Amino acid sequence: MTAAGALSQAFYILVFPGFLFLAVFSMVMEYVDRKLHAKLQNRVGPPWFQPFADFIKLAAKEEIVPRDADATIFKYMPVVALTSTVTALFYIPVWSTSAPCRFEGDMIVTLYFLTIPTVTFFLAGWYSRSVFSMLGAARAILQMFAYEIPLFLSILAPALLANTWSMSSLTEYYRAHPLHILFNLPGFAIALVALLGKLERVPFDIPEAETEIVAGSFTEYSGRFLALFRLTVNVEAIVGATLLAAVFMPFGLGHGPAIGFAGYLVKVLLIVVLLAIARTVLARLRIDQMINFCWQIAAPIAFLQVLVNLVVKEILM
Amino acid sequence: MADSCGVKIPIGPQHPALKEPESFLLTLNGETITDAGVRLGYNHRGIEKACEGRSYIQDIYLLERVCGICSHSHSTCFIQAVEEIAGLEIPKRGLYIRTLVAELERIHSHLLWLGVAGHEVGFDTLLMYTWRDREVVMDLLAALTGNRVNYAMNTVGGVRRDFTADQLQDVLKATDILEDRTKHYIGVATEEITFVQRLTGVGKLSHDDAIRLGAVGPTARASKVERDVRRDDPYAAYAELEFNVATSDTCDVYGRAVVRLVELMETYKMIRQLVRNMPDGPVAVKAPRKIPAGEALSRYEAPRGEDIHYVRANGTDKPERVKVRAPTLANVQVVSHMLKDGNLADMPIVIAAIDPCFSCTDRKISLRTAGSATAQPVTWEDLRLRGIAWHRARGIDCTRVNRRIAEGGRA
Repeated sequence: MTAAGALSQAFYILVFPGFLFLAVFSMVMEYVDRKLHAKLQNRVGPPWFQPFADFIKLAAKEEIVPRDADATIFKYMPVVALTSTVTALFYIPVWSTSAPCRFEGDMIVTLYFLTIPTVTFFLAGWYSRSVFSMLGAARAILQMFAYEIPLFLSILAPALLANTWSMSSLTEYYRAHPLHILFNLPGFAIALVALLGKLERVPFDIPEAETEIVAGSFTEYSGRFLALFRLTVNVEAIVGATLLAAVFMPFGLGHGPAIGFAGYLVKVLLIVVLLAIARTVLARLRIDQMINFCWQIAAPIAFLQVLVNLVVKEILM
Repeated sequence: MADSCGVKIPIGPQHPALKEPESFLLTLNGETITDAGVRLGYNHRGIEKACEGRSYIQDIYLLERVCGICSHSHSTCFIQAVEEIAGLEIPKRGLYIRTLVAELERIHSHLLWLGVAGHEVGFDTLLMYTWRDREVVMDLLAALTGNRVNYAMNTVGGVRRDFTADQLQDVLKATDILEDRTKHYIGVATEEITFVQRLTGVGKLSHDDAIRLGAVGPTARASKVERDVRRDDPYAAYAELEFNVATSDTCDVYGRAVVRLVELMETYKMIRQLVRNMPDGPVAVKAPRKIPAGEALSRYEAPRGEDIHYVRANGTDKPERVKVRAPTLANVQVVSHMLKDGNLADMPIVIAAIDPCFSCTDRKISLRTAGSATAQPVTWEDLRLRGIAWHRARGIDCTRVNRRIAEGGRA
């Protein structure tokens, strides 16, 4: 690899569309989410720099590791969570039909990387050794088993139709057959709901239900570590939205980076707005209600989506 | 989740679900609560004792501060007992104004509760909207009485302010707005699916248990216990008003929400009657400074349930004994019953459903050493000696100062 190649690779990973871009973009989107949420609730809402101010303030604060906690896991989990979330983006096409990295099967890897943060929330909470953290941790992992299946199935279905396991090939297929997107609409709805569960937002903010278990896994977290976890959740929202945009809304790609990027911003904004509306108009469910919903309603619809796509594929091919 | 089997988790004294310091010790099996213990007493302020050292007029303002939300309830309840001992005949207009403020207070208390209930189940949008609309009645109360809470309307023998015809028109206007909004909230509370799911079947309290444990107010009425002091033992102007007692037979938190919302609709009806039939005349009679010896018990239907004040007078200008039984004290035993076999996630809403007001509740009647089962009544002298010993153990000794004051007094 040449020096220039290495530099451009480093730029890719660290600046654009890597870590720095994601961090800034996710905070801007956090602002959009919070402001919209506030406006819908008849409140004023925060100023534009609030997410940045929150991050800087938290990062400057003292961090306290509980005496009973496993210090190593407690300290490293936020970093692992953030790293895996940022890495997931490299396999998702953003403004063209080709992702920065691609291979046949990168879809599985992306979903795997997106699962890691939830596992780190569990470990972080469990090894904090406080009752509220441990309850939050148990709820996080329980909730993961509920939303993960519908999410995977609903993303699997479009891939079956496109006959590929690569995100980049998937978008290429749908660019060639734009109308086939319409088959995936029920899957899109399920994926949105599952994303709410993954991001632990109302109505699925059960693992960090403030009035019940304080802050769940994050109860004992403070300072830099908490700042990193919060950033992880923000970045996870963006990566999740990017994934959904790539799989379910692959239009406007292939007309050059400028149009592609503008289209990308609009798509992510749309998903962020949908998520903000959902958390405004709904109340928090109980964990048993959440699991029942995911297994009795969301998973069957996602299964149906897979069946439909299999049938459609047979007819079209 | 075998690992969390038999886990004890402390809810309080400081916890996000509780707006006041109170302690609930829950034993969990997974997410199910197998045992719940309630401990009161973090907010004891010695109000009853303080009343004995102040005149009746001063006590009105002190007792108004028993509760920040049902402040008018406590001062009215106290004043009714005092007026009964003194044998005062309160002018009709005074009683009507007292009742009007009481019902306006009920509106702001119930709207506040609805918002809190929304917050406890993670439905903050409901909180934001109900509290916005609650401002209508808060502003109205401020315009009528001068204060948003602690209205200071009562005095022995009547009320302290008269309302003009314009002010009464404002009341009607505000009532129209509030009625409109309440209808909207009835829709939200009974139709919004996640909200209904979180309230239905939660915090079950059967009709028999409600009676056995002595539940009061909306908590009891949601278990089909048709009790309302306003109808059963009318005070102020309630005997002349037409209204229904709202009840529900669902015996759960959902029923308690419905009862409160229906009660709001009844309140609007009552306010219109009060304004329409408001008699002319004085609002207060002159009351003696010294109240003749005697005792009286007064009942009052506060927004949270039946409030009871007992007053014993000894012929001076200060009461000999004042006893306050806030509605939360009657309902708090019910909470631990309702929490048992419930879900941890339902804990906040079950506690909130009685509309608890813990600082109103805390009274001390006996002391016990931690861990011992026997309790003994405490005298004032016991408490004094205990206090001196406590401070002495921490290096604060006032013996010399006291002696010097005593000597100075002698010289």
